[in-house]
Amino acid sequence: MGATHLPSTEFDGTDIEDQLEAEAEAHVGDPDEPMVQLLAPDGTLGLDPVYSEYAGRLDPEKLRGFYADMAKIRRFDVEATALQRQGQLALWVPLTGQEAAQIGSGRASQPQDYIFPTYREHGVALTRNVDLAELLRQFRGVSNGGWNPKDTNFHLYTLVLAAQTPHAVGYAMGIQRDQKFAAAAAAANGATSPVPEPKAAVMVYFGDGASSEGDVHESMVFASSYKAPVVFFCQNNHWAISVPSSVQTRVPLADRAKGYGFPGIRVDGNDVIAVHAVTEWALERARQGEGPVLIEAFTYRVGAHTTADDPTKYRESAEESRWRAKDPLERLEKYLRAEGFADDAFFAQVKADGDDLAAYVRKTTHDLETPDIRTAFANTYVEAHPLVAEELAWFEEYSAGFADDSAAPAEGAN
Amino acid sequence: MTTMTIAKAINEGLRATLTDHPRSLLMGEDIGPLGGVYRVTDGLIAEFGADRVVDTPLAESGIVGTAIGLSLRGYLPICEIQFDGFVFPGFNQITTQLAKMRARSNGNLTVPVVIRIPYGGGIGSIEHHSESPEALFAHTAGLRIITPSNPHDAYWMIQQAVECQDPVIVFEPKRRYWLKGEVDTGSPGASADPFKAHVLREGTDATVVVYGPLVPVALAAANAAAEDGHSVEVIDLRSISPIDFDTVTDSVKKTGRLIVAHEAPTFGGIGGEIAARVSERAFHSLEAPVIRVGGFHMPYPVAKVEEDYLPDIDRILEALDRALSY
Ligand SMILES: Cc1ncc(C[n+]2csc(CCOP(=O)(O)OP(=O)(O)O)c2C)c(N)n1
Repeated sequence: MGATHLPSTEFDGTDIEDQLEAEAEAHVGDPDEPMVQLLAPDGTLGLDPVYSEYAGRLDPEKLRGFYADMAKIRRFDVEATALQRQGQLALWVPLTGQEAAQIGSGRASQPQDYIFPTYREHGVALTRNVDLAELLRQFRGVSNGGWNPKDTNFHLYTLVLAAQTPHAVGYAMGIQRDQKFAAAAAAANGATSPVPEPKAAVMVYFGDGASSEGDVHESMVFASSYKAPVVFFCQNNHWAISVPSSVQTRVPLADRAKGYGFPGIRVDGNDVIAVHAVTEWALERARQGEGPVLIEAFTYRVGAHTTADDPTKYRESAEESRWRAKDPLERLEKYLRAEGFADDAFFAQVKADGDDLAAYVRKTTHDLETPDIRTAFANTYVEAHPLVAEELAWFEEYSAGFADDSAAPAEGAN
Repeated sequence: MTTMTIAKAINEGLRATLTDHPRSLLMGEDIGPLGGVYRVTDGLIAEFGADRVVDTPLAESGIVGTAIGLSLRGYLPICEIQFDGFVFPGFNQITTQLAKMRARSNGNLTVPVVIRIPYGGGIGSIEHHSESPEALFAHTAGLRIITPSNPHDAYWMIQQAVECQDPVIVFEPKRRYWLKGEVDTGSPGASADPFKAHVLREGTDATVVVYGPLVPVALAAANAAAEDGHSVEVIDLRSISPIDFDTVTDSVKKTGRLIVAHEAPTFGGIGGEIAARVSERAFHSLEAPVIRVGGFHMPYPVAKVEEDYLPDIDRILEALDRALSY
């Protein structure tokens, strides 16, 4: 090896940063990079050797349902943003642009599946029948959760990035064990073949930014080692607050799965039909005991990261416009109209339903009850805890003192 | 009654747990055929199989995080962290997720995960194998922390931790793993409540509060003090979160003097918390300031000088002299 092979800080004439940037763009943003797409931005349906079969399962009613869901959740997003602007919510995390990724994947899950979201999965929440007003509790500051995950198998939002990914894998490992218990119980009862339980899988959502966190790596190692029934669903919306996905990865995120030994698929995240097909495939596979899959939904966060963010500081509006042209709702509308699956009356009804939902959310948000801090004392531990009891007793006495003060006439008043 | 070491007692406690609770499972690095680096899980994989005694990937966050998921699915995971100094990759999962799941879910979800951590120094080991990070966890609400100091407690505490509906960290005093003692496997007796402190030795002149590895040290110091005519009460705290302040305060009301000793650095440690509480609860009973004996504000030192770092009999006696001089 000669001196020419030694690392050097000098790059004659070439700016290494530019070079790396161009390289990363070529990989990460390249539309030619293999990506499953069925419904093109112009609303025409293409063919795919594997996933067309799944698309074929969708009847017009289901497709109309996808559209209605996407339109509803977009309307909800607008309403929640308005509520934040009016001071009714502390913060809002918008999803506009990601409707297809969320509705397509959420609708592919079955009731017995368990979903671990991050904090932007309002569309997935809709598909799991979470009351969207309850979903706002966290953003209004009246709860750190807001709904009971046991009711819908939709876990609480997680604000520590990627922390939910190992939970998902552990939960999936639990499902594996449940199946063994069920088989053993059936055998003990003399059944020749185990009672067929509806097999379940787990799906966990995270972003392109979160994909850099160590927990995602550890989760994928566990999932692969134990062949856990879990689908990793990464919404690559291209930005982690202000940091582009090229800083998180130099290769398409889906390619990382190869290193763990399970399939990774990049899907057009603005194509609800493709997302649904790919997710259905992955969940079925997981339920059959074939192990994990990583899905990278290639999409875009059209608006700000949150209502506290200002995207004009770090990205060009032209980029936003390019992605708006790939809008998930518009392309499905074109398809539904072209096929004669939906007419003006349908779209008018969807709009009216969206407005109803918005009105409901606006009203119920105002009414969300502020909890008593005593519930926090009650929920820190399950079992009795002397420190909590002591501090609660102090708090009661302290509060009672104020009650006396307010009941008594103010000093100097007459 | 059987005589066994602390390590064996925990092993037996785990065996009883795995037998009694079909949904319990052990998870950790090297806990399978090797039986853990301290052999605490010795023989369990042969008895219960690889689904119940899980040799995990080398990933502390993954261990705790997947344990949380298993627990959400109704399982009872017992995680082993190989050494105190290696819990930090899992710190995030323990403090931001495990501790808070119940509160965040408004009481709808419970995650009774148990985490076993061998801790403390005195084994002549290298960096990151001798630390006492208990205060870092005790500060987080939602966790419970216990530490046995003898085989009987070790046998029962692990089982009590699994039965507790809250997440529990069991700090195991690794330099006492080979300490032998009697275990009544038939009944916990006075150890029925793992969160209650035990008065191990009664006295009238001063109280010494300790836990885990320092318990034998404090007892020896109390014996030495007795030869000089001082009557010292020794309390084994047993639970670091919650702390049984009633037992401590009652003792101080009787003796008027308090020394708290632990291996962890004095600054920001459990000793400071106890001193503050006792000064609030028993100010008028105190004849002297509460004196803390602990590690210095430095990374755990190299093994060749750890004797100078670790509180020993003389350091406790010196503190006692100071307390008695008021
Ligand atoms: C562990 C952690 N570090 C930092 C943050 C602050 N933070 C919140 S959202 C965010 C960007 C996340 O980007 P990505 O994972 O791509 O998801 P997106 O918000 O784009 O959907 C950051 C840095 C956090 N919540 N958690």
